[in-house]
Amino acid sequence: MEFSDTDKRIVKALQSDFPICSEPYKKIAEDIGISEEALLHRLGEMKETGILRKMGAVLRHMEVGFKANALVVWVVPPERMDEVAVQMCAHPEVTHCYDRNTAPDWPYNFYTMIHMDTQESCIQLAKELSAETGISQYELQFTEKEWKKTSMKYFME
Amino acid sequence: MELNSFDKQLLNILQAGIQFVPKPYETMANELGVSEEQVLSRLQELKSAGYIRKVGAFFNSDKLGYSGTLLAAKIEPDRVAEVAARINEYPEITHNYQRSGGYELWFTAITNSDERKNQILSEIRALPGVISLLDLYSQKKYKINVQFKLK
Repeated sequence: MEFSDTDKRIVKALQSDFPICSEPYKKIAEDIGISEEALLHRLGEMKETGILRKMGAVLRHMEVGFKANALVVWVVPPERMDEVAVQMCAHPEVTHCYDRNTAPDWPYNFYTMIHMDTQESCIQLAKELSAETGISQYELQFTEKEWKKTSMKYFME
Repeated sequence: MELNSFDKQLLNILQAGIQFVPKPYETMANELGVSEEQVLSRLQELKSAGYIRKVGAFFNSDKLGYSGTLLAAKIEPDRVAEVAARINEYPEITHNYQRSGGYELWFTAITNSDERKNQILSEIRALPGVISLLDLYSQKKYKINVQFKLK
């Protein structure tokens, strides 16, 4: 996929903090050197084609009351994966859901990240997800420490 | 600072998405029945108080020509902090967590070539204290939607 220099400038300008002011896009457009109208139009296209996943806020989950999070890894038969994904993704507490490859001592091929208020509620939700889908082989991994959490900076080379 | 019901509504709207209109905060203010000025000043306060990690654009790395993967490392127990610090030095590694089940460190790497990815992997494998490293790449991303509905 090829991106124009303007696209790269848009991505670089938007991956930093978005201005909290009355006309934020106008400010960004001026920095990039394009019109506000052109910027808004291109952002709409980027959203539509999925290049831009989301324009908005991500909160610090601990501070807003979601104090426990667990990575739940599952062993799902490949032919059931799409169907199990639909069931698990329907729960708002499930924020991420991926398939992943396995390794010789690592049989888990399906990953869900769940965010809740306590570890007990994470354990309870995993039980419910298991009962609902019939997937019985799983493991909860609680986060013990966050060593790094940043956003990727694209096109910096 | 405690979140009041106005803050929660505002943060829910902000998480759902900022619109592509010249005055997006005014649009939010209209929805909430307050002035644009109130929205702007309260958002600054909520950000300063640490409730908001980032306001901005979240791109799909695959569609920008990058590729992300999840790596899990088994590490000698007394060297976890040291290895974590070395791992954090890579700008391509954006998240790095210590978890409770067998593999101590779980981290993501976003790279724009296989060559660079392999270089990072082999450098990390060679760090003192690293016992093994799994490359857990994904074919299907079923859901990425980090929204915390505040009630």
